[in-house]
Amino acid sequence: MTDVLLSVEGLTVHRGARRILDDVSFSLGRGETLALVGESGAGKSTIAAALMGLLAGQARVEGTAAFDEAPDLLSLPEKAWNRLRGRRLAMIFQDAGAALNPCYTVGSQLTTVLRRQLSLGRAEARARAIALLESVGLNDAAARMSAYPHQLSGGMQQRVMVAIALACDPDLLFADEPTSALDVTIQAQIVRLILDQTKQKGASCIFVLHDLALASQSCDRIVVLYAGQVMEAGPSETVLRDPRHPYTRLLKSCVIEIGTSELDPPPGSVPGYDDLPAGCRFASRCPRALPRCRTDKPRLEEVAGRSLACWNPEEAA
Amino acid sequence: MMDAAPPAVVPTRRPRTRRSLFLRRPFFTLALIVALGFVLCAAFAPLIAPYNPTLQSIEAMMVPPGGEHVLGTDSYGQDILSRIIYGARYALVIAFFAILIGATGGLVLGTAAGLTTGKVEWVLMRLIDSILALPSLILAIAVIAILGQGVDKVVIAVGISMIGPFSRTVRADVLQVSSQLFVEAAGLMSISRLTVIRRHILPNIAFPLAVQITVRVSEAILVSSSLSFLGIGVTPPTPDWGLMIAEGRGFVSFAPWMSGMPGMALALLLIALAIVGDGIREEFDPKMRGGQ
Amino acid sequence: MLARAAAKVFQTLVVLIIVSIASFSLLKLAPGDPVVIMLGTEYSQESYDELRAQLGLDRPVAVQYLRWLGDFVTGDWGNSYVAKTDIFSFVVQEALPVTLTLTACAILLAIAVGVPLGVISAVRKDSGWDVGIAALALTGTAFPSFFLGIVLIWFFAVKVGFFPVMGFVPPWEDFWSGMLHLVLPAATLSTFFIGMIVRVTRAAMVEVLAQPYITAAIARGEPRRRVIWVHGFRNILMPLVTVIGLQLGAILQGAVLTETVFSLPGLGQMLTGAVLGREYVLVQAGVMLTATLFILVNLAVDLSYPFLDPRLRAR
Repeated sequence: MTDVLLSVEGLTVHRGARRILDDVSFSLGRGETLALVGESGAGKSTIAAALMGLLAGQARVEGTAAFDEAPDLLSLPEKAWNRLRGRRLAMIFQDAGAALNPCYTVGSQLTTVLRRQLSLGRAEARARAIALLESVGLNDAAARMSAYPHQLSGGMQQRVMVAIALACDPDLLFADEPTSALDVTIQAQIVRLILDQTKQKGASCIFVLHDLALASQSCDRIVVLYAGQVMEAGPSETVLRDPRHPYTRLLKSCVIEIGTSELDPPPGSVPGYDDLPAGCRFASRCPRALPRCRTDKPRLEEVAGRSLACWNPEEAA
Repeated sequence: MMDAAPPAVVPTRRPRTRRSLFLRRPFFTLALIVALGFVLCAAFAPLIAPYNPTLQSIEAMMVPPGGEHVLGTDSYGQDILSRIIYGARYALVIAFFAILIGATGGLVLGTAAGLTTGKVEWVLMRLIDSILALPSLILAIAVIAILGQGVDKVVIAVGISMIGPFSRTVRADVLQVSSQLFVEAAGLMSISRLTVIRRHILPNIAFPLAVQITVRVSEAILVSSSLSFLGIGVTPPTPDWGLMIAEGRGFVSFAPWMSGMPGMALALLLIALAIVGDGIREEFDPKMRGGQ
Repeated sequence: MLARAAAKVFQTLVVLIIVSIASFSLLKLAPGDPVVIMLGTEYSQESYDELRAQLGLDRPVAVQYLRWLGDFVTGDWGNSYVAKTDIFSFVVQEALPVTLTLTACAILLAIAVGVPLGVISAVRKDSGWDVGIAALALTGTAFPSFFLGIVLIWFFAVKVGFFPVMGFVPPWEDFWSGMLHLVLPAATLSTFFIGMIVRVTRAAMVEVLAQPYITAAIARGEPRRRVIWVHGFRNILMPLVTVIGLQLGAILQGAVLTETVFSLPGLGQMLTGAVLGREYVLVQAGVMLTATLFILVNLAVDLSYPFLDPRLRAR
């Protein structure tokens, strides 16, 4: 990883008294794809929202996130955010149907970004928008411009979202479970579309994913989260071929045993954010937990080509 | 003025340990005390009022507030404080009987519209629409035009004007209750229609109706005092706030207390009732109906 | 969409007919024999019968109703018993424009003040601003408008001496003087409506701001102001237009009171005068006019929904 695009250090988020993200660190190279993996409620979407500056007024965000030449995204004022968002940072949301404004046409929502961020003229923006819609595989793009979101199918809505997100060739794209609201048959198409488009444009991408198999197939790097803490992070091949953290191993075994690629929660449940152990947050469910796991928090350390936060890691497979 | 916004999801049954309603909503409590104060004034008017409210005096015309007449006197030399105290009596009594008429009419019409189906329901709904097409004050004016002026006429006029709003809310409640399983089940067991209405529907809409009644008291007071203000409601020298405000209107430049005192009494009562109404609605109305 | 509109128009027609029957009955229920009232105290049986036949009062009630309806629709509202002037020109050409001008100014003022306050409340939910605005809205809604009018007259016209106290100058004749005369009445009339608009705007905006498309707009780099006033506001238009339609009746009834306070020669003064002078035809005209206005505006509101929310348009 020679050319680092994003480097997150000690990202911590408090919502009220709850620490919903605890000291999250990871980095991402230019053109790389990273998967944030974990059960629902693990804080995956919160990471994306924090790095897009969408938590203002709702939660307290600490830590630093160096992005390209900007030393720290998290301390930017609102104005500076608005120059980055949409242009260099973009986001695709879970439910495209809800993330598109129902009162404006697809064309107007798409051209607004182009005109605002790239200062294009009306005709220029329109031509560019049609080209974008074609590139995300929407047939009859010119006619779709005047369609309202509700007139499109779920798959088409998500394609429009992808087009809007990639409109200004961002350096970094967040895809927050982009397929969870879609039919299974369309899910693969959309993921492929996002990967193709980001590869083509040389953009980096952070995928928030539920699907471990998909993460291993399509992403260069993986970050495994549990209750707001990073358990294990590294190149996805290394991590998934030979998981060292008991939690990663548990996740992987679940996938294999149940035979689906969806992440089903392993036995037990994620602890409530109100009463968390002082040490490793996974300790209460961990099969290899030691007494110190509950009291001392393990720090992320480089072990066998990945970062690992565990006092009692698994042996090499 | 009001408590912090109500919680997004209002649990239907609160645990016993919740703090009392009065402690949780200090403004509600304060407003309730003010409203009850007016009720007490109305009930014990003869004991509280320092003067006879219709006693005219040539020596004491338009006396400013303070001294012997605490709130001053009007252009006939009548004591304003006494008139306000008796005025509370008229306002609340008129509102009470008007609401009785409105709620009864609304109950009949609303229940009928809620329980019928098809063409009958359609016609009843258009009938309710037609009543609602007339603002309550305009409808009351039309009734006054036919009946003439006087306290009893105002009661009838205001009462009729409230039938429309009541029937609409009653219909909504009846629809909700009758869609619930037990009424359908009673229907299946071939119990007579009247029994279903009496045993199952009426008891279940009684509570929401009671909430509506408390919320609409202020509306009745406002419409009746508006009629008097227009000079077509109760007749002088009845101590009615609307009438007193109208009488003082011409003297506003040199005797502002003539309109001001009864006006403030009316405004205070209406604001207190609005706060009480909001509190009751937020606490007890699961649907949290909007302003109307 | 067309079928829905047609059904709505049909419903409206039925409601209008019921209202017209009610208005017609008002005349029938009114005490006193109109023939006697018109003839005065001294008359012969022949002249009584002649006028009765001339007025069509000897025909069956249904025929009388249809004749009356026909006359009403064609603008032939008869002459005032007392003033002997043409009622249609008096009501529609003199009184109605005054009331409509006042009402329109009050609605515009209420929107101009109420919407921003409601939006501020929603954006700063649960802050001191929100609580303060909610208190203002409640006071504004509950405060009796006719008393507020008198307070404003006392303060601005008597104490400060800034505004003309009373009377109406048609803005279409002398715009500035007309507007100056309208400031206090419009402020009086709009106060309760401002409260209504604040509450509706706040509730709708709080809901809209929680929607994912708002977050998505922020994530596209759109500035906060634009997100609220373009993405948010467009989505609260429907509840806003609905409340304006539903509260029109309350505004018209407020106008009746406001006109009396400020001595504006509108429908309100006409109605009150008619009741006191027992001019039932005038009362009836006022009732019909108010109801028709309310019904037609609400039909328009209903028919505007598909334009306000694209999701209600035909696919």
